[in-house]
Amino acid sequence: MAHGRVRAKVRRSSLYTFGCVRPPRDEAEGPHQIQGPGYSRIVYCNQPRLHQRKPLKYSYNYISTTKYNVITFIPKAIFEQFRRVANVYFLLAAILSLTPVTPFLPVSMISPLAFVVGLSMAKEAMEDWRRFVQDMKVNLRKAITHKGNGEFSCKPWLKIQVGDVVKVEKDQFFPADLFFLSSSYEDGICYVETMNLDGETNLKVKRALEVTLPLNDDDSFKNFTGTIRCEDPNPNLYTFVGNLELNNQVYPLDPSQILLRDSKLRNTSYVYGVVIFTGHDSKVMQNATKSPSKRSRIEKQMDKIIYILFTLLVFISVISSIGFAVKTKDQMPDWWYLPPDDGHLYDPSHANLSGFYHLITALILYGYLIPISLYVSIELVKVLQAKFINKDIHMYDEETGTPAQARTSNLNEELGQVDTILSDKTGTLTCNQMDFIKCSIAGTAYGLSASEVEVAAAKQMAMDLDGQDPEFPGNFSRRNSTEVLLKNKRPSFGPSEIELENISTPMGVKHQKPVIKGFNFEDNRIMNGNWSREPFADLILLFFRILAVCHTAIPELNDETGGYDYEAESPDERAFLVAAREFGFEYCKRSQTSIYVRECHPSSREIVEREFKILNLLDFTSKRKRMSVIVRDENGKIFLLCKGADSIIFDRLSKSGRIFEEATMKHLNEYGEAGLRTLALAYKKLEEAEYTAWSEEFLKAKTSIGGDRELILDKLSDMMERDLFLIGATAVEDKLQKGVPQCIDKLAQAGLKFWVLTGDKMETAINIGYACSLLRQGMRQICISANIDIMAQDSKKLLKENILMQITVASQMVKLEKDPHAAFALIIDGKALAYALENDMKTHFLKLAVNCASVICCRVSPKQKALVTRLVKEGTGKITLAIGDGANDVGMIQEADIGIGISGVEGMQAVMASDFSIAQFRFLERLLVVHGHWCYKRIAQMICYFFYKNIAFGLTLFYFEAFTGFSGQSVYDDWYMLLFNVVLTSWPVISLGVFEQDVSSEVCLQFPALYQQGPKNLFFDWYRIIGWMGNGLYSSLVIFFVNIIIFYDQAFRSEGQTADMAAVGTTMFTCIIWAVNCQIALIMSHFTWIQHFLVWGSVVTWYIFLFLYGLISPVYSGNDFKILEEALGPAPLYWLTTLLVPVACNLPYLAHISFQRAFNPMDHHVIQEIKYYKKDKEDRSMWRRELSKARQETKIGFSARVDASIRQLKLRLQRRYSSSTPRISMSLT
Amino acid sequence: MPASEGSPDSSSSSRKSSKKPKYSRFSQQELPAYKPILTPQWVITVFVFIGIVFIPVGLASLSAANQVEEISERYDDKCGPQTNNTCERKITVKKKMKNPIYVYYQLDKFYQNHRRYVKSRNDLQLRQTSRGREQAGCDPISNTANPIVPCGLIAWSLFNDTYKFSVKDKDINVDKKDIAWKSDKDYKFGSQVYPKNFQKGEGGIGGGKLNESLPLSEQEDLIVWMRTAALPTFRKLYGKITVDLEVNDVVTVKIQNNYNTYKYGGQKLLVLSTTSWMGGKNHFLGRAYLTLGAISLFIAGCFIVLYIIKPRPLGDPAYLSWNRYPGGGI
Repeated sequence: MAHGRVRAKVRRSSLYTFGCVRPPRDEAEGPHQIQGPGYSRIVYCNQPRLHQRKPLKYSYNYISTTKYNVITFIPKAIFEQFRRVANVYFLLAAILSLTPVTPFLPVSMISPLAFVVGLSMAKEAMEDWRRFVQDMKVNLRKAITHKGNGEFSCKPWLKIQVGDVVKVEKDQFFPADLFFLSSSYEDGICYVETMNLDGETNLKVKRALEVTLPLNDDDSFKNFTGTIRCEDPNPNLYTFVGNLELNNQVYPLDPSQILLRDSKLRNTSYVYGVVIFTGHDSKVMQNATKSPSKRSRIEKQMDKIIYILFTLLVFISVISSIGFAVKTKDQMPDWWYLPPDDGHLYDPSHANLSGFYHLITALILYGYLIPISLYVSIELVKVLQAKFINKDIHMYDEETGTPAQARTSNLNEELGQVDTILSDKTGTLTCNQMDFIKCSIAGTAYGLSASEVEVAAAKQMAMDLDGQDPEFPGNFSRRNSTEVLLKNKRPSFGPSEIELENISTPMGVKHQKPVIKGFNFEDNRIMNGNWSREPFADLILLFFRILAVCHTAIPELNDETGGYDYEAESPDERAFLVAAREFGFEYCKRSQTSIYVRECHPSSREIVEREFKILNLLDFTSKRKRMSVIVRDENGKIFLLCKGADSIIFDRLSKSGRIFEEATMKHLNEYGEAGLRTLALAYKKLEEAEYTAWSEEFLKAKTSIGGDRELILDKLSDMMERDLFLIGATAVEDKLQKGVPQCIDKLAQAGLKFWVLTGDKMETAINIGYACSLLRQGMRQICISANIDIMAQDSKKLLKENILMQITVASQMVKLEKDPHAAFALIIDGKALAYALENDMKTHFLKLAVNCASVICCRVSPKQKALVTRLVKEGTGKITLAIGDGANDVGMIQEADIGIGISGVEGMQAVMASDFSIAQFRFLERLLVVHGHWCYKRIAQMICYFFYKNIAFGLTLFYFEAFTGFSGQSVYDDWYMLLFNVVLTSWPVISLGVFEQDVSSEVCLQFPALYQQGPKNLFFDWYRIIGWMGNGLYSSLVIFFVNIIIFYDQAFRSEGQTADMAAVGTTMFTCIIWAVNCQIALIMSHFTWIQHFLVWGSVVTWYIFLFLYGLISPVYSGNDFKILEEALGPAPLYWLTTLLVPVACNLPYLAHISFQRAFNPMDHHVIQEIKYYKKDKEDRSMWRRELSKARQETKIGFSARVDASIRQLKLRLQRRYSSSTPRISMSLT
Repeated sequence: MPASEGSPDSSSSSRKSSKKPKYSRFSQQELPAYKPILTPQWVITVFVFIGIVFIPVGLASLSAANQVEEISERYDDKCGPQTNNTCERKITVKKKMKNPIYVYYQLDKFYQNHRRYVKSRNDLQLRQTSRGREQAGCDPISNTANPIVPCGLIAWSLFNDTYKFSVKDKDINVDKKDIAWKSDKDYKFGSQVYPKNFQKGEGGIGGGKLNESLPLSEQEDLIVWMRTAALPTFRKLYGKITVDLEVNDVVTVKIQNNYNTYKYGGQKLLVLSTTSWMGGKNHFLGRAYLTLGAISLFIAGCFIVLYIIKPRPLGDPAYLSWNRYPGGGI
């Protein structure tokens, strides 16, 4: 705390020219006019008691995201369950089963329904409970609140009330929306990180009102009161209208005094604030939308199948009821053994009515066509699949200790069908950490470390080299060219080849050094003070000084290491300071007017503390893209030190300052290509007089009042930042999360499209595009942005036309492109996107975007992210996956078919809204390519099988009914039918759904092309579904008629007994059990003991059941009493029939799959065979070749990049041989 | 992001590790598995095997069916259309029939499997005297005041034609014992339960009457009848003839034609049949086995031929989609 107070003496406002200077308030501007609807909220500061009664009683700070509570659970959850048509049908059937029309015992209808609904509800309850626990974790966080009398104490968030004064300390979240009173800084500034709200990573400055500044310690709140009148709760994050009444004075409030819930206090040791909006009234909660319940596409398709089956059901029911009516009317009067019945159920004189009653009976009877257990089985299977996803050790992140989590289990199979991935950048692709990695000083490039991209690319290339088969057609193969490439190294080629060579050598040295966060630089030429022996040592010195001086950061002594840590607004700045420190220029102190740097002079090895007087600071804005400080060094000389975007700096160089321009430019291109974030550094020496003149004018402008103040300041600083001398450039790696480029590469090979949606500025986004290999040199970049010139004119129409034109032109260009290797990248910024997303333009935009290999949208708002996602989802009709980590991604996560949240970081909003959460982006590969692939196949096969099974079974009921005069009698015992779906055939199918693997996870990862089976929907297209239904129909016919003919009238045993209904039914049922269980065994390709146990166990269970059922009293078992033991068991005919029928049922399927596999195998078949015969071990070169070829032809990812650079090299080699010029300029584009 | 969450106390590290999924082959889906592959060898073996097994079984079944001698005689037309008369039919034995010869009656268009008919019984009252008053489910042949035993349509419509056989004026005894399932006699039909109020006007007189002095467990005709048939055409066991019938023996059957099939136009047949190990004269099973075996062999043959014409080495990468359709697509 001690140094916190010291630091607090610094007036932060003096560090800034524009941003933080309190603009002199226009005194004419009075308080806001707050009246009328929408502005009714009154907050009595520091008097929460007043808010305990109506009408000032506002909601507590308790939040809840659960769907149900204890009371509403039962009705709501039941309602949810019966939104499924099938369940309503079964409910009706269950109710009707209590009436005489039922063909079954009521219990056989009610118990499966109760079981199914109960299980689903239990799952709902569990998921809601988890949400509740998560909410409570947030609700029980502690906040320091004013108890009265200037005493503060902790209290859980949920107890916080409107009017409470809270004290929030550094790095804590604001518990509610607060009105900012004062901070540890004298001038009432605090820094806020709003990443959870809008995803922006830079810190935002908030300012307290002057009047509340004195309230900056605990005691001052003893007697503080005040009233705030303000707007009602609304979701608008960037506006706030309100007035503060304090001591009979009214002060207007604006958004910069509002600290929003879920943002975080940064770089400020504490702030005081008054709670204005609590709980669900807070802006962030107002923004939260109820997460939509998503259903997978397979499930939607399944609904269609269920409708088909319903139609079939109604159809055969109508047939059966017509048949019944006719029989009843025409024949029943003759059946003396069946006298008419008064209840109209069997009344020839009211045949139509009887027919109608029978329709109901039939609808219940044939209900077996609709697999009641389908939903529950699928649900169970998905929960188990989700368990496997959660348990996957390869998706567990050691660093944060978070495993992957399937938060909703009903989208598992959707993971296997993803077509487009929409990704956030910061926190998802990158870790929001910058590492200083390379620099170029005075035309010389320093820095040997390779960025992650380069390392990964090198590995990939090395692998490709091994994998190439020399005999493989395509003669001028990669191998040849790369060999050439490796032979002709440094001497004749430019640095691009050196880069390739560098990265091919493994970097073993790097790991011996302790890792310094933000610094990953290695070059002995300038490290450890060696820079002084380099040529241009003076420029190098200046370079380091710029790094150490030109910034707005604050040093903080780290007690553990004794060194300094820096609190900077952006992570790049921090990386510069860390780099400067490592180079021996340790920035150690900041006073009101000076910056102190401890310089370690290489010659004397002693540390000198130098003071740099900060005369002016021209700070960084996204418009200026540069930052300068004007300093006076100890010798009294005045310098302007400037860092900024290269294009900006290069425009501002003096003639003499361009010595190193060409070399630096070349380096910058390389850095850019490697995905590094670059800045150019320049300086200018100022004469005393020159500065004084400018300074006076600047001061005048600064203190002036009026609308054009900013403009003048802008112009003045522009004037100053001219005629610079270029020193060099820095390259900072926006550190990608581990394995991101590899993962993107793999996913691209699996045929997935990749969009990046980021709130960052275009430059950063492009850098990351390079880093992730979404962009590469030679790729044609289509940049669509709102033209600033037109924007100035403020004409929307013009702007729109301009953007439409840009899109059309680009589309034309894409269309006319002939080169098959040409790849386009679309980069669009938020403003242009706003127009491109309008109804009349979005199809054009989408068409263009779909034709581009990669799409990067920058400066997009959370809303736009969601809109883009929707556009892709609806426009292409393909399955989209959105991945993000911050609250700004919530919209897109909810909008996409599958939303994935990055967990393990602090903000939980994205995770809470997501369907799956993973700790690292790279786990996405395994999640999709392994689990998605498996789950898709499992669920698809499972559903097909379910329909097969129920059709095979259900139709036999119908056929039999036709033989009973359409009376609705079933040949099976009620208990058989009850057990059919619940016990006898459900477990194998569950084991199929949970454990089936066509190929092992390893192979899935090796052959990303296998993934395409999902997006192409090879396993659940109508062809397959109809095929399975046909198979079911065939099986039902075989099962029924073979049995009926065998047991027609003849004795079935040598003792002469003929078969009664029970014997026929039981035999038929045995045949069904065998047939469907053999069928599933044929589907499976992966038998662990579990599958064996469940499949064959089901068959055995049936016999056991039959035996036991025969043992219990005949009162219950009826005609099935001792049926196996006495009647069927000893009859060879029974056994022969149950052998014949299942074989006959499965023979066509077996023949089909045999022929298909033998003559038209699918990929997984071939791979299974390769693995089975261990060919991959014997013929390694073949295996490696296939591995490399299995990749989808991609235009993004570093494989594509390697390909592209090899193509270029080839081209260049040819050119070189033909022209024999030794040097060829590297500059492409 | 490596930002540290909260204070790094000792419990957090243990919490971290507790979240780590435990490794087991099960949880990682790496259980050892049998992964069968339908190689051509397997396919051919399977189909040939099916053929080899099924054809002998089929032949055996056919020969069993051929051993069975069966004579069936329709008599409703000759003896009708009135009931309650006697008529005589002469049946010539074409081939020698060894005892036991089973005597069946066969009805058609008789919906013993009609839902209403099937349900119209009460198993409780058949079993225990104490439940004799139970009439539930027996509608319309039920009477709660004077409980009917056995109640319900099934019992009420009991088949009641009788046959008397003689060869060369010598009566042949028809053994009516043990024509019902033993379990039915022992457990389902009580040995203490006697018919009561049966065929006494409730809904008129249906079919046969029962000897009220015999317990139900000994009324085997009833027990057989109460096993409802699966199809509207059915045979039920009437009795057994325990002597051999020689070729050209003329069996005279005296039929007491009681049962009314004329109302609904059904036939009545008398069937004499021997049995083999697999029951009655049933050619279908044998033919089905033979057909299936032949089809299997045929498929195996096709497979072999096709495989010779267009062989595919197993695990040949040339068949991978990216090699077959280099332009993409699977």
